[in-house]
Amino acid sequence: MSVYMLRRLLQAVAVVFAMSLIVFVGVYAIGDPVEILISPDADQIERERAIAALGLDLPLWEQYFVFLSKALQGDLGRSFVFNEPALRLILQRMPATLELAFGATIMALVIGLPLGLYAGLRPDSPVSRTIMAGSILGFSLPTFWVGLMLIMVFAVQLGWLPSTGRGPTREFLGMQWSFLTWDGLRHLLLPAINLSLFKISLVIRLTRAGVRETILMDFVKFARAKGLSPNRVIFVHVFKNILIPVVTVVGLELGSTIAFSVVTESVFAWPGMGKLIIDSINVLDRPVIVAYLMIIVMMFIIINLVVDLTYSVLDPRVRLEAKGT
Amino acid sequence: MSDLALDRAAAVPSVAQERVETPFRRFVAEFAESKLALLGLGVFVVIALTAIFAPWLAPQNPYDLGQLDIMDGRMEPGTVGGAGFTFWLGTDDQGRDMLSGIMYGLRISLSVGAGSALIACFIGASLGLLAAYAGGRTDSLIMRLVDLQLSFPAILAALMILAFLGKGILNVVIALVLVEWAYYARTVRGTALVERRREYIEAAHCLALPTRRILFRHLLPNCMPPLIVVATMQVARAIALEATLSFLGLGVPITEPSLGLLIANGYEYMLSGKYWISFYPGIALLITIVSINLVGDQLRDVLNPRLRK
Amino acid sequence: MSGILRRNASIAVGAAVLGLAAVGAAAPEARAQTLTMAVGAPVTSLDPHYHQLSPNNAVADMIFDRLINTDNLSRMVPGLAVEWRPVGPTVWEFRLRPGVRFHNGNPFTAEDVAFTIQRVPNVPNSPSSFAAYVRPIQGVEIVDPLTIRLRTASPAPLLPQDLTNVRILDRETHENAATEDFNAGRAAIGTGPWRVVQHRSGDRIEFERNDGYWGDRPAFQRVNYRMITNDAARTAALLAGDVEFIDQVPTSDLARLRGDQRVTLSEITGLRLIFLGLDHLRAPNEDSPFVTGNDGRPLGRNPLRDVRVRRALSIAIDRQAIVERVMEGAATPAGQFLPPGVFSHVPELGPPRYDPQEARRLLAEAGYPDGFRLTLHSPNDRYINDSRIAQAIGQMWTRIGVRTAVEAQTWTTFIGRAGRQEFSAHLIGWGSNPEGSHPLRNIIHTANRERGFGASNRGRYSNPEVDALIEQALVELDDEKRERLLQEAKRKAFEDVAIIPLHIQTNIWAMRRNLAHTPRNDELTRAQDVRPASVPAAR
Repeated sequence: MSVYMLRRLLQAVAVVFAMSLIVFVGVYAIGDPVEILISPDADQIERERAIAALGLDLPLWEQYFVFLSKALQGDLGRSFVFNEPALRLILQRMPATLELAFGATIMALVIGLPLGLYAGLRPDSPVSRTIMAGSILGFSLPTFWVGLMLIMVFAVQLGWLPSTGRGPTREFLGMQWSFLTWDGLRHLLLPAINLSLFKISLVIRLTRAGVRETILMDFVKFARAKGLSPNRVIFVHVFKNILIPVVTVVGLELGSTIAFSVVTESVFAWPGMGKLIIDSINVLDRPVIVAYLMIIVMMFIIINLVVDLTYSVLDPRVRLEAKGT
Repeated sequence: MSDLALDRAAAVPSVAQERVETPFRRFVAEFAESKLALLGLGVFVVIALTAIFAPWLAPQNPYDLGQLDIMDGRMEPGTVGGAGFTFWLGTDDQGRDMLSGIMYGLRISLSVGAGSALIACFIGASLGLLAAYAGGRTDSLIMRLVDLQLSFPAILAALMILAFLGKGILNVVIALVLVEWAYYARTVRGTALVERRREYIEAAHCLALPTRRILFRHLLPNCMPPLIVVATMQVARAIALEATLSFLGLGVPITEPSLGLLIANGYEYMLSGKYWISFYPGIALLITIVSINLVGDQLRDVLNPRLRK
Repeated sequence: MSGILRRNASIAVGAAVLGLAAVGAAAPEARAQTLTMAVGAPVTSLDPHYHQLSPNNAVADMIFDRLINTDNLSRMVPGLAVEWRPVGPTVWEFRLRPGVRFHNGNPFTAEDVAFTIQRVPNVPNSPSSFAAYVRPIQGVEIVDPLTIRLRTASPAPLLPQDLTNVRILDRETHENAATEDFNAGRAAIGTGPWRVVQHRSGDRIEFERNDGYWGDRPAFQRVNYRMITNDAARTAALLAGDVEFIDQVPTSDLARLRGDQRVTLSEITGLRLIFLGLDHLRAPNEDSPFVTGNDGRPLGRNPLRDVRVRRALSIAIDRQAIVERVMEGAATPAGQFLPPGVFSHVPELGPPRYDPQEARRLLAEAGYPDGFRLTLHSPNDRYINDSRIAQAIGQMWTRIGVRTAVEAQTWTTFIGRAGRQEFSAHLIGWGSNPEGSHPLRNIIHTANRERGFGASNRGRYSNPEVDALIEQALVELDDEKRERLLQEAKRKAFEDVAIIPLHIQTNIWAMRRNLAHTPRNDELTRAQDVRPASVPAAR
């Protein structure tokens, strides 16, 4: 077990370095940060000074080498734009994104599982058909468009919820969280719905597919034949079986939700990492982009590890040791 | 728990045998059992034909700047424009006839969406199967690539690809494939990992069947149901993702708008009540995706060996 | 509120209008204490010398002062200096405002000015520093605590103008302050009308009124300065009442906002020209990268080097149509860099007249009766409606036979390529300061690294006659003579169609009806320019 963990960690380090190299070269190819950051009326002398100040006068491989040697000491560089350590900038914004992503995931499970279960158990009822048709909406409409519609309806027309931004925060575990205040929750609701739409559809469909498949299986028939109550059959036997794909996908989605919250965060002016990364991409703030992606990769690897571990708990047939072979 | 696995395994091989005997006709008959799926197929065929024959059907070539006039811009549905024909669905800010724009846009969205989803599905599913089957180093390598890919924001990937390859529809497809393949790989591997340990695979091993045959004839069919769920959704997601890229200015060229770009363009006019610029392309997108999903859902049920009674 | 409304109901219909005005006036008094505003561009640093960037400058204007401030038309007005004059050909003397204190109580003196001038070029890691504005200064002489003399190497008529970009810091507080200290709010201490309470980077800045401010007292006790970068979301936040004031109003929302009773707009013609840069780099007998014949094959020559072709392309553009249809009226067609009423504006240089027939004739005369193919490059996330304008121009050029493809890309990729002269024709903008030499020396003068000319001359236009006029103007201390020289340079450059001017943007802000705003032509959004509608503008 610990050998397995160690191996995964080593692989993680390799992936992180591969990522940093790709991003380094990629950002270099997109454009020149100085051209974007510098005031248009700066003369050539001033431009050259800025290039030197940001360390961009060195050849690319040398820049990467400087970055690597600093990264090994835990310094991921300073933002070109904010002149602050990139890592600190990202960690400051992380709670906002985490609460958004978790909010969306919880909403997806709370709404998606029961609806999917219903649709799976009564596949031919009109309600199920409506649920399934509705779930198509969730992933066919572009996020930015749905986001604006939510703002138009719930903030502008009805005035029930605040249109944009993050509410007041409170400190918890040394970080600022907004879900601990009532107003903060109100601010969280619309962006979380916006972000969860795709996931709700996904959970509904996976659950339905899983249920339909499982209830036909012999072990369910046996359970019924043994005279177990229908509720027990569904909630213990069927449910346990469909949880594997749902856990995989929701776990994965948590990672990609964090990585893809960019659009929701920019439509709702949500001050999280997604907004930071899109702003940084727009000005080619390379230290922040590289640091952000390295953190995201780490997060993905950890989530995948947790998902794999959960597998082994939920389904003993998947043995972790087996993977090492 | 082990008897549970036995139950399943016992059920599967008989179905697999049945499958070998099943002719194509039976598949068609089973598919046609659902009227809704047939309807979906019909609608999809109409949409596909409209897309293919758009240049002969559309009243205007919306990609030819010479045929557009900003003086016709943002006209309401039903207005007669300077060129003498009626804009049944209104015009966008450039004076582009929305009806023609949607017909042409369908071409791009369908080819981008379906093209990228199919290529990504092929690459992703193959790698996922391989990872699950081979295990060990191969598995680790592929899965770390997947980690790398899934954590890479689509927007940044698209930016880099566009920087390297320039703007264009083909490059958008490449960007989408790069973003999506990992999704399929992860799904297929997850399922295959469970299936691989089942007795029917072990039985196949005992019969000394060639690896390729085990992979594609035994393992893959049993991984199909979740794969089809993901695939039909990913076609839709690819189209929506392309729209998002367009929204961020990274998608298809502005003078050759896809449905997504039409929606993104109209987005800015929603607050001022010029709904038609993004509403009609949105409806077209929705109908397309619903029809694809109706077909996909039925395919999934028909192809799923375990749903057979 | 309800009491006032009920009273209104009893008043005759004719007086109801007056009554409503009373409601509008009464409401702000009740809640005038906090102003919530949303800006479209993120503020990245509170260090006033770190990054020369408009959103940062706007916020710096709220916290700090300059020796010479600028009014809403960018004219110089006394700030921390009450008077300035040249006391020799190379010496400027500034008399400083007495009795001014920083937010922490430290008095403002000439020492602080000297410290600021020394700090400006030495801010570590600055991606776009303010160093160029103090570069002419060779020596600083403190005559007495309220008088300072700045010595330059050569006559520097533009030094006061340059110094309107430099915010003054406190020697004692800022001697060892790093940019991070400013961002954290610790060192964001100036002499300006607002003090920083809290800064949540990329999200909001909270301010409190500086009651000891030397100038006009701001109308609000507190300000919540939020950043909402998505245009539609910003407008929606205003309509929902979550914010009371927004900047960078998207033109697509203008129709809706003009018709909304709860909202009012404030507008002013800005200083930003949108124009087309053309390829002057390739010789007349070379190929320009994105120009081909109608058959798609290279032409073997660069038509853009022929002034007749350039003129044809310019008069083929219906600027009025672009302003009305694409910009929804939020721009003015232009034939030069600056709008009327600004120093060195050339009165007879109006927007080129739209004349497609004449354009076709000019093309034929230049040897292109059937036109040619051209790609127009444009950013799609930089200027108001940039890619839409490019498409409209594509339509107009295609109609005179120059079959135009439009390629729009993000600013990140666009600007690098434009700087490497990869384009044949590109759409770009220039936000000027109101001294007419600014665009001339940067865009029109031949690019010259050593002398700092033509840094943004991305088409590589070069005309020795124009260069000479610009250089003469830059050392001319007499304002009248300098204006004539600049006007002459502009006349020559635009006659030669060095660039194709399109329009000057209108700057637009929107606010709830109970507020009023003094719009600025430099695009800066500052809380001190906003007041309750019932309070007359301070003048």
